[in-house]
Amino acid sequence: MSTDTSASTDTERTRLLPAVQRGMLLRLGGLAVLLVVAAIYPLVITNALYTQFAVDTLIFVAAAVAWNLFSGFSGYISLGQAVFFGTGAYTVGLLTNHWKVIGGTIFALLPLGGLAAAVVAVPFGLIALRVRRHTFVVITIAIFFIFQLMAYNFAFTGGNQGVSSPFFLWNAADYNNPFYYVGLILAVAAIVLSWLIRHSRFGLQLLAIRDDEDRARGLGVRAMRVKLTAFILSGFITGMIGGLWWFFIGQALPETAFDPNFDLSVVLMAFLGGAGTLAGPVLGALILEPLQQWEAITFTNGFVAEVSLGVLLLAVILFLPRGIIPTGKELLMKWQAIRERRGQPAPGGAAPPASGTAVPSTGSQKTGSVR
Amino acid sequence: MGRELTEAIVDGILGGGVYALMAVGLTLIFGVLDIINIAQGILVVLGAYLSYVLSVHLHLDLFVGLLVTVPAMFLVGIAIQWAFIRPLRGRERTSMSLLATYAVAIIIEGVLYLIFGSNYVNLNASYVTSGPKIFGFYLDYIYIYGFVLALLLVAAIYYMLYRTQFGRTIRATMQDHTAARIVGINVNRVQMLTFGIGVAVTAVGGMVFGATGGGFNPNTGYDLISRLLAIIILGGMGSIVGAMLAAIFMITLEAVVDVLWSPSWSVVVFYGVLVLVLAIRPQGVLGRKEARAQ
Repeated sequence: MSTDTSASTDTERTRLLPAVQRGMLLRLGGLAVLLVVAAIYPLVITNALYTQFAVDTLIFVAAAVAWNLFSGFSGYISLGQAVFFGTGAYTVGLLTNHWKVIGGTIFALLPLGGLAAAVVAVPFGLIALRVRRHTFVVITIAIFFIFQLMAYNFAFTGGNQGVSSPFFLWNAADYNNPFYYVGLILAVAAIVLSWLIRHSRFGLQLLAIRDDEDRARGLGVRAMRVKLTAFILSGFITGMIGGLWWFFIGQALPETAFDPNFDLSVVLMAFLGGAGTLAGPVLGALILEPLQQWEAITFTNGFVAEVSLGVLLLAVILFLPRGIIPTGKELLMKWQAIRERRGQPAPGGAAPPASGTAVPSTGSQKTGSVR
Repeated sequence: MGRELTEAIVDGILGGGVYALMAVGLTLIFGVLDIINIAQGILVVLGAYLSYVLSVHLHLDLFVGLLVTVPAMFLVGIAIQWAFIRPLRGRERTSMSLLATYAVAIIIEGVLYLIFGSNYVNLNASYVTSGPKIFGFYLDYIYIYGFVLALLLVAAIYYMLYRTQFGRTIRATMQDHTAARIVGINVNRVQMLTFGIGVAVTAVGGMVFGATGGGFNPNTGYDLISRLLAIIILGGMGSIVGAMLAAIFMITLEAVVDVLWSPSWSVVVFYGVLVLVLAIRPQGVLGRKEARAQ
């Protein structure tokens, strides 16, 4: 934030500061409201179908944020995120059945799922992160298929029977609520982590790698170490989400735990909202997952949903090529520039502070456009 | 065992020839447009369904039907490039092109499901179920015809690339878009035609695959694209010869592992080889080292 205001003159600064603070307050207030709404959602809406949608959505919010934390920031588009998801699900599933864990303590196993996924991320990353761009994308797909096939073929993973939880965890009336809150905690934790990374030296190194890896290395960024760390963090979160998903669904099959659609969904969500931004993946998941769920119950023929998803995707690519948040911001800036040129005062306030709020708000979240 | 192994090798090489044709189309598109066409797999399936419709409803011979399906797929390719690839610009072009072609793929898949359902179908003709006995097993004619046709087409593409003026413009565009533009090449036109050619080969690939692959449905596209991607990466992206060799090697390897070990592990070996090779040689077997800018 200081970089934006330091460029301006002193008189401008005195005028800008209250606006900056107001922008911050507005944003924090908005976040608080969102969090409160999220926290009371299952208490207000008790319909099991809608709480189930909400859990699914939270799972995808967390997963998209976790994807973004590596791929969005570093520019390495991974289509193998389901490797972590499935590893987490299988690990938690196998451990739960082995130790016969029941009740609320099951959630204590989630970090173990994350840990297993993080362990998998090390060799995965060491191999895949040596190559860039398209080759990286394809090698993540290849490793994804290897994992799915191993889940099919090994004896301890249960083959195509998968791993299921035979027990019903707690009473059916508000069955979804514990999952909802654990999902909410995971999602918030993922968002906080990605905010911390974005505003750290480590995050800047990732962005530098995205913009020009060779130059970043020339400037002293230890590219492999930075990339691998982010990859492992992303894997850890996704593994925990996979574990939560297993408890929620009650069964992991090779084709559902290692699901190519999961790979693509998280990427789509991040790109829809804006890959590399903080809020983009959240927004994308909040739009896309409920939409997909709604389509799934509205159209009995699943292929209508598939075609409409494809059409939506193409529309986003053609009309919002950088995602809703960055493209929307660009449009907003353009609109404001036009308005300022005409000298019209902004509605509901004096012109200078209104234009002042626009500068810092884009400055602090300019993740998509750092070049 | 010996007989089965020979059969696996022969089948693998002949089947690999068809994959080589599809992979050459994909790698050509990559080389000229610098994008990966995720829809290539489903386009092969679309080509197979076109052949299916022509042979079932119009009773056209599979090979005669190609005279219709190849131009049709060429036009489909040009339409996709014009509508969805051409508008992509800027830094996000790579990832956006992946998503755009994926979107095209799921739309085609959905439409194919709506029309044909999820039942597996086969392309049929007299030469699909009969053939000579060699090395102690029966080899259907379609394998031989398909292999020869694929080889001829790959040779034709190779000739076009290295012996014609148009091929020179394609190779120039592959090497450097800006320089190609400077020497007066209409890069947009080259990109459009290349995408058309790269997709047109899926008509042939789809027909032979549909007649030899043990049935297909709209979902088969995923299987195909993941194999094709592995093949062109292994061969070195943008390398025609690399794609051919990798296709034949990988498909043969898969067939041999099928026999020697088990069908459920052959695909693991397939991708395992890819990962292993890339760990040693990141640019693929015959690939050039990537340029500096990411």
